[in-house]
Amino acid sequence: MKRFGKIGIVAAALLFIACVCYVAPENVMAKQKNVILATTTSTQDTGLLDVLNPIFEKKTGYFVKTISVGSGQAMAMGKKGEADVLLVHSQDAEKKLVAEGYGINRRLVMHNDYIIIGPPGDPAGIKGLKSGTEAFKKIASAQSIFMSRGDNSGTNAKEKAIWKKAEINPEGQKWYQQTGLGMGQTIAIAAEKKAYTLADRGTYLALKKNLGLDILVEGDAILLNIYHVIEVNPDKWPKVNAAGAKAFADFMVSKQVQRIIKTFGVDKYGSPLFFPDAGKKEDQLGK
Amino acid sequence: MDIIVEGIKQAFVLLFTLDPEVLGITWLSLKISGTATFLSMFIGVSVGTVVALTKFPGRRFVVSLINTGMGLPPVVVGLFVTIFLWRNGPLGFLEILYTPTAIIIAQTVIATPIVMGISLAAIQALPANLRLQILALGATRLQMVWILVKEARLPLLAAVMAGFGGVISEVGASIMVGGNIKGYSRVLTTATVMETGKGNFDIAMALGIILMLLSFIINSILTHVQQRERPR
Repeated sequence: MKRFGKIGIVAAALLFIACVCYVAPENVMAKQKNVILATTTSTQDTGLLDVLNPIFEKKTGYFVKTISVGSGQAMAMGKKGEADVLLVHSQDAEKKLVAEGYGINRRLVMHNDYIIIGPPGDPAGIKGLKSGTEAFKKIASAQSIFMSRGDNSGTNAKEKAIWKKAEINPEGQKWYQQTGLGMGQTIAIAAEKKAYTLADRGTYLALKKNLGLDILVEGDAILLNIYHVIEVNPDKWPKVNAAGAKAFADFMVSKQVQRIIKTFGVDKYGSPLFFPDAGKKEDQLGK
Repeated sequence: MDIIVEGIKQAFVLLFTLDPEVLGITWLSLKISGTATFLSMFIGVSVGTVVALTKFPGRRFVVSLINTGMGLPPVVVGLFVTIFLWRNGPLGFLEILYTPTAIIIAQTVIATPIVMGISLAAIQALPANLRLQILALGATRLQMVWILVKEARLPLLAAVMAGFGGVISEVGASIMVGGNIKGYSRVLTTATVMETGKGNFDIAMALGIILMLLSFIINSILTHVQQRERPR
């Protein structure tokens, strides 16, 4: 009985110390050089950041902590000084953030586009329409099920903007359902329920293999999906790693990264997922 | 059906080709949840034993609190730990949000009441006369407690297993306080959520199977300790 007790205690203590030692040094190492990047789910779910971050880390010695959330939450983190740099796609909210002084140096990085996807049967008859707004109106009047992200993400913000332009308030309608989940999961639910939804092309292409949903409407100017990089203002939050944020933002608009973005995804999906736009003006896009 | 077969196949491919990323994630999960379980074992068993063996005013209230804590929702723990560890939060100076350490803290908070609650019940379930007898045989108080703890070895190890099971399978807190950062704070559960989000259902299934395997191995070891003949 005694034997078990003593050995047990010694083993426990050793294992505990071993665990702590394993975990602790990583933190000490990483402390000074962290850059917290709050970003939208699409940049991570498409795998773009998995390609870019290691290059940045090797080049600058910073360690990027990517926190992948909806654009709404990403900007809330920036506003509270809990992130250093943001990579987001929610135009109006971004402009507000900069106007309020929480974000600085908002720069255009890239774009792709949103698409309206739905079951191949297309009960609302929107296939081939040139206008996203028109398509939304038809879905509403046919009362076909529409899956909304409902999570204040960039995609959700865009979707609301289109409803507003269509002069429809879908809130509370029986055919209008909110998932509160990320893009990938929302697409999967839409597929399961044979519903329509608004998706970014990148996530759709990445998921396509498992789905029975088709692209029904694309190419309207309102469906542009534009990504900006914004540095969090260190004057508002002194703890922000301003140098790291600037380095990351500069990196995103650098020639090297823009070249990578241009061909990213071509090998896997047959077409690029994003189009590099650094240095362009917003109103030049999609033309 | 395809996806299930494909998932099982993927799990074995990832395991037997020793995919470095998957191995890293698995190892990190074990380190984090193992450490958290250890911490919660020390706190949980000791506090549980003390509460079981003493009488004080408001004891029932404390026991109710502990028992409620056994069902603490991980996301709520995650939320509170996040807010405390924010840069501009009360413990922001520690700068440990989005690190494995933060996950250990959150998981310890989740596992401790589980271990504590079961330990308390285990010690209290021992016959009251046993204490008197041990003391009558000339044991000191500390020796008595040690003998009681050993006597309750079976349910106490069950407590540890329940604690470990609670944290290794937990995702809400890990993703909030750890951030699911590749190669740094990504564990099996958060990776599974992410791969599901990406639509890589086969890899997600594979990670889930690896998680269950890991859980099975750890619990087998603990069960072995629990069930073996008591050395006389």
